[in-house]
Amino acid sequence: MSCFLSKYADELAKNAAYIGTPGKGILAADESTGTIGKRLSSINVENVEENRRALRELLFTAPGALQYLSGVILFEETLYQKTASGKPFVDVLKEVGVLPGIKVDKGTVELNGTKGETFTQGLDGLAQRCQKYYEAGARFAKWRAVLKIGPNEPSELAIQENANGLAMYAAICQQCGLVPIVEPEILVDGPHDIKKCAEVTERVLAACYKSLNDHHVMLEGTLLKPNMVTPGSDSPKVAPEVIAEYTVRALQRTVPAAVPAIVFLSGGQSEEEATLNLNAMNKLQTKKPWSLSFSFGRALQQSTLKAWAGKEENLKKAQDALLVRCKSNSEATLGTYKGDAKLGEGAAESLHVKDYKY
Amino acid sequence: MSCFTSKYADELAKNAAYIGTPGKGILAADESTGTIGKRLSSINVENVEENRRALRELLFTAPGALQYLSGVILFEETLYQKTAAGKPFVDVLKEGGVLPGIKVDKGTVELNGTNGETFTQGLDGLAQRCQKYYEAGARFAKWRAVLKIGANEPTELAIQENANGLAMYAAICQQCGLVPIVEPEILVDGSHDIKKCAEVTERVLAACYKSLNDHHVMLEGTLLKPNMVTPGSESPKVAPEVIAEYTVRALQRTVPAAVPAIVFLSGGQSEEEATLNLNAMNKLQTKKPWSLSFSFGRALQQSTLKAWAGKEENLKKAQDALLLRCKANSEATLGTYKGDAKLGEGAAESLHVSNYKY
Repeated sequence: MSCFLSKYADELAKNAAYIGTPGKGILAADESTGTIGKRLSSINVENVEENRRALRELLFTAPGALQYLSGVILFEETLYQKTASGKPFVDVLKEVGVLPGIKVDKGTVELNGTKGETFTQGLDGLAQRCQKYYEAGARFAKWRAVLKIGPNEPSELAIQENANGLAMYAAICQQCGLVPIVEPEILVDGPHDIKKCAEVTERVLAACYKSLNDHHVMLEGTLLKPNMVTPGSDSPKVAPEVIAEYTVRALQRTVPAAVPAIVFLSGGQSEEEATLNLNAMNKLQTKKPWSLSFSFGRALQQSTLKAWAGKEENLKKAQDALLVRCKSNSEATLGTYKGDAKLGEGAAESLHVKDYKY
Repeated sequence: MSCFTSKYADELAKNAAYIGTPGKGILAADESTGTIGKRLSSINVENVEENRRALRELLFTAPGALQYLSGVILFEETLYQKTAAGKPFVDVLKEGGVLPGIKVDKGTVELNGTNGETFTQGLDGLAQRCQKYYEAGARFAKWRAVLKIGANEPTELAIQENANGLAMYAAICQQCGLVPIVEPEILVDGSHDIKKCAEVTERVLAACYKSLNDHHVMLEGTLLKPNMVTPGSESPKVAPEVIAEYTVRALQRTVPAAVPAIVFLSGGQSEEEATLNLNAMNKLQTKKPWSLSFSFGRALQQSTLKAWAGKEENLKKAQDALLLRCKANSEATLGTYKGDAKLGEGAAESLHVSNYKY
């Protein structure tokens, strides 16, 4: 049966559509404790709960920034944290019209018999966890599946297993009132060209949407978080217009119109690259029955982190840097970005880390 | 590999887009010899080649009708026939801006172990046949897969086998320069409600597009010919607006935007019903990244056949009847049909035949 049976159907569709509001996008601030530790150590800040809390407070209270966001993805710890003056982060977000989201997967595990391919775990007890998160104020969730391009990759096993995991997760989320973001990231690592990336992306997305259909997921209440279609990290770069063309074509070939919004991941792209590519997609004159927006982590926070450097006297400078990137990406969702954002230190810096694990 | 590799890629995309021109649609005149025999006998006309030729000449030379058509599907015999004055039918059509199409399947065969479910045959030597048809002037093809709704139907086997057959056929057609019309007809027979039809339609279409992706078919160079989503033939009828809502939603959930046009089959609907339903779909304010048009057989020819009755003195009356339905359906593709077409005898008559076989 493909007809959807959740009491949350209308709410899911409404929230998913809201997240895709033109001019808005998602801040992915859901780095796990280990991953945020790497970020903090890159600016010589100790990885303790207070510092993690302070960083997120910096982000969520940046003046003027939240108007450009429709959602923020949180790690579990952050969902229950508060500002220094005691206000829960979820309230800070809700008061300015930003939906709180929650990362619910538990990382990747190697698939036996493959060459470094993985599946994503996190299904055990997922329904109970989602109910708790909904009660805490979360309204959407995220689950990251990872695939890679190689001579024999991605294998059919990896594609099927990851598509199935995404669909199981999505169905459970919808039963609990959380809009599932479906994220099938194909890593940018490798010497392949853009055509190869397009081919793999189309194959992976087709498998995902078949799985979602099999699992009776209501597409109107989901979001897609795909990679952009680009050359591999070891290949020569191409212009944003080329990335836009290949990316949008891949989506036209695989993503049903019922999906309200596509929120791209930034992968290893620099802040400026990610914004320029998103902008080029929104300028393209072609069929786009879903809005095209962002769900950026590194590509929204890099300059901010460097400006902050863990020092309270840098608060304003850091928050200004975040505002600049949020506004730029907001314009990119409208195709009006002029590429003139005052580049913060590191905005043009590649954020690629080989074989990236969150 | 999902990237398409045919020398005809541009031509296929151009022809598929042309068929979906707003204001135009397809006349399905591809009844096999046996099926056209039933039509002829219903108006007391003998089923001999000259009569079959005369009927098709009547249709293709109807003054003013061809402007509302972008394509006509032919049976093999008709592809090589001429007007009484000796002009090949394909030339008549081409001069009227109408692309000739060709039915290439060889009918249905029961699937072992199922309750009357079928698969469609016709793959043997298909490439050679398609090349011949292209040389004869055909530019698109049609293959009808049939599924039914029952207590345990359609089964996963029937869905997979028919989706696979459609994808194999489509890939071969594209290699030979013919735009494949993908037709997964779910018969209207039964006592099910519209929700059931929607559920089955979504499941079947999802399987079709997964198969098409697996078989490296270029969606921009294909067309879809689905059933509308309606209650079963033994269930109470619903308003055109309801049919429009369920149908378009099913398509939004399954048909990628890369498909340029969806050309509905009329099933057992009367001429007027089919037009009103198509019109309601085109009036609907919602995301529709493909044009919605018609590929009608019975629903374009019923009044014409009755008016003709096999008599030459009825030629003008018969051709006027065809013009009327063509114009009405053209308006329906624009959502401007006022329902005021002078109803020919039989226009409101149901054309449903239980368990219809062409």
